[in-house]
Amino acid sequence: MKQATRKKIVQALGFLALRAALFLVLAVLFLFLYDIGRKGAGAISWEFLSKAPRRGMTEGGIFPAIFGTFLVTVITAVLAVPLGMSAAIYLNEYARQTRLTRLIRLSIRNLSGVPSIVYGLFGVILFVNVMGFGTSVLSAGLTLGLMTLPWTITASEEALKTIPNSYREGALALGATKWQTIRTNVLPYAVPGMLTGTVLGLARAAGETAPILFTGAAFYLPFLPKSLGDQFMALPYHLYIMATQHHAILQVRPLAYGTALVLIVLVLGLNMTAVVVRYRLRRKQR
Amino acid sequence: MKKIALIALATLTLLAGLLLGAKMVQIKGSDTMVNLVQILAEEYMGKNPATPIAVLGGGSGTGITGLINQTCDIASTSRDWKPKEIDQAWDKGVTPRNFVVAVDGLSIIVNEKNPVEQLTIAQVGAMYRGEIKSWKAVSDFQKPVSLYGRQSNSGTYVFMQEFVLGNKNYSTDMKEMNGNAQIIEGVLQDEGAVGYVGVGYLFDETGHVRKGLKVVKISKEPGGTGYVPTDKAAVDSGDYPIARPLYMSTNGKPKGVAAEFLQWIVGPEGQAVVGREGFFTVGEGKYKAANDKNFK
Amino acid sequence: MRHKKWSDFKESAIRAFFFTCGILAVLVLIGVFLTLLATAIPAFREIKVGEFLLSTRWDPTSPEKAEYGLLAMIVSTLMVTAGALVLAVPIGIGVAAYLSDVAHWRAREILKPVVEILAGIPSVVVGFLGIVLFGPAIAKVFHIGNGLNALNGSLLLAIMALPTIISISEDSLNAVPRAYSEASLALGASRWQTLVRVKLPAGLSGIIAAVMLGMGRAIGETMTVLMVTGNARSFPHGLFDAVRTMTANIAIELGEVPYYTTHYYALFAIGLVLFVMTFAVNLVADVVLQKYQEREQ
Repeated sequence: MKQATRKKIVQALGFLALRAALFLVLAVLFLFLYDIGRKGAGAISWEFLSKAPRRGMTEGGIFPAIFGTFLVTVITAVLAVPLGMSAAIYLNEYARQTRLTRLIRLSIRNLSGVPSIVYGLFGVILFVNVMGFGTSVLSAGLTLGLMTLPWTITASEEALKTIPNSYREGALALGATKWQTIRTNVLPYAVPGMLTGTVLGLARAAGETAPILFTGAAFYLPFLPKSLGDQFMALPYHLYIMATQHHAILQVRPLAYGTALVLIVLVLGLNMTAVVVRYRLRRKQR
Repeated sequence: MKKIALIALATLTLLAGLLLGAKMVQIKGSDTMVNLVQILAEEYMGKNPATPIAVLGGGSGTGITGLINQTCDIASTSRDWKPKEIDQAWDKGVTPRNFVVAVDGLSIIVNEKNPVEQLTIAQVGAMYRGEIKSWKAVSDFQKPVSLYGRQSNSGTYVFMQEFVLGNKNYSTDMKEMNGNAQIIEGVLQDEGAVGYVGVGYLFDETGHVRKGLKVVKISKEPGGTGYVPTDKAAVDSGDYPIARPLYMSTNGKPKGVAAEFLQWIVGPEGQAVVGREGFFTVGEGKYKAANDKNFK
Repeated sequence: MRHKKWSDFKESAIRAFFFTCGILAVLVLIGVFLTLLATAIPAFREIKVGEFLLSTRWDPTSPEKAEYGLLAMIVSTLMVTAGALVLAVPIGIGVAAYLSDVAHWRAREILKPVVEILAGIPSVVVGFLGIVLFGPAIAKVFHIGNGLNALNGSLLLAIMALPTIISISEDSLNAVPRAYSEASLALGASRWQTLVRVKLPAGLSGIIAAVMLGMGRAIGETMTVLMVTGNARSFPHGLFDAVRTMTANIAIELGEVPYYTTHYYALFAIGLVLFVMTFAVNLVADVVLQKYQEREQ
């Protein structure tokens, strides 16, 4: 009896420790969201979301930053999404599974772990300097696109891998060509998963600061970027400036909170959409 | 097939967009001046709506680099150009011309709990070089000296290094903040802190020195008279030893909107804004004469 | 006949298109590495490699003597990362174990996305919260003047590494064959004993991979550490010192450096060091994960 009781006590304590760990993580998450939600909500108003900053950015709104983030994310998507999905289709459907392809796949997956500032360095030398785009939405978007590319390739590949080979074999057995097989038996089932992973990658790109620091983000612009060669304001950079470099950081702290709130809502909104889509898909496929 | 067309279309749009880019006057540089320049730009654009001016910060070093690399039209700096930088500019075909737009009294600040009232410029230098590590050396305050400063891209950092540290290395324990405001935040919270900021940052919205900060009087010699940077007469006469002109530089003779903007800044309206933001005006003396010459 | 030839041609064209995309992606990504390498090498015309890696003074703009010693920053990066892992590993494995073994499946369906939300918070927001929440709290709790130090950085990096560690550890615990746990329970072990003595050891390589991926994340983080570690260039002596990581240094100095100078190349050299470190860590983790998955199949 004694040993059994001891086992029970140890288990109870053990599971309690695990629960404590979970509680700690949830507590931190809720602390973050609550703090930003409460202190940021005060700054949110129609003016905040639709107007430009005024009076040395101590008043007014952050619309140019919202617009800039949106614009640069679109450019990121144009580069990373089609190229990433197509590359994944090649690697998973067409390429022979040799050691070389495995090595390539491994390398691509690990490139998504490379620090974002290193992509920023690359963006400066290639897009800003060598290709001459200067500091602009284009340079920043291309830099973010490159950073997101390994992610979209990997996520698309994962989605393609979940399609059982029997789907492909069935079509081929009926005489379909390779492309027909992919188009009718693989893509329709994989594309939703590919898109989910891609949207998650774009959400991450929208929230990144380091790659755009030196490739095009600006502190204060009186007008929206009218062309791809212009600089732009962006939400993550705006938050960074408001929190550290602004001339009256204590005074504008509420505005910084507001910016953080808008950024979080945007990024988490994209994340949630992707997660919900994936959840619905999984249920449908069962 | 659809994807190819999409990509092609997108690329064409990109190229078209690039070619039709709109041009703004770009000002990059000093964090000390960024608030001032931003407000100047806002007011100027209020009176002249068709002239877009973009103000980017980054530190004096960033502005100078920007002018050298021709990625900006005007560089705002809180220090002189280094000879190396002027050489680099000339190598790239850029001829910088400096205009004094305001005068700053670099202010040494401590936490209000710190009993120290006055320091010599040599003592400040010794602290920032890491030679004086405790406030005990200059007072009865028992705390270690907690250094706050800027990063190497800051004109204020370089100016301090040249004029207060005697061109020697900073202590590596100095916390290098991203801007003046972060230094102030740090000094407000940290009892043993010492920091350096532009005089325009001392004041809050009501025009008084921010509560919680103490501005240290600086004297040239031990036992000499100490002056505060908020004393315009002391700054103008040179009694306050760490005063400096604040510049805006262009590549060669300024043209177009940049020229008009600069003329406006050194004129009565612009200088009124300068005074309102807590800095000192250019005055009628040698700075004005140099400016007039450079406009030609 | 003709229809087949056109159809064949279309097939080949499509295959060629996808091949081009694949090759393009790979070339682009190789190009990143090569460009970094090419821009970093000129730095070593003026800086000795030994000095770069072993000297502790980084002062490229010094009026006395320009110095390019990276060691203080390498140590700072590793110190902040180690601090983060000390927190994130036990907590992360604990949460993973909870999710895989203790939680009701309905709870898991909710908790997994919730943990993913933590992963989705942008690094600049985490840094912001480090400045406004953790900084003052650390200053108050430990009676120091300023909360911007290595400890703050470690706390935040732990938070950022947790979702990775949790998610991959949980996957690897779930992948342990049911047979192992059932055998253990059949022999009379409690669920806790099964978890600790059977499942965790069985899933160990996956957990190690998770930790390494979390470590890679922490090493490569830029904005968070830039905002909260105080950015002092000194060699760190403890968690309460202000430190500067390699990533933060690039972010600080890249804006002001004139292009194509030694200082510029030196920043790329730091980027190269970071690239190699994170790529190596991720690669090892990935290989471990692959081997582990193969074995379980």
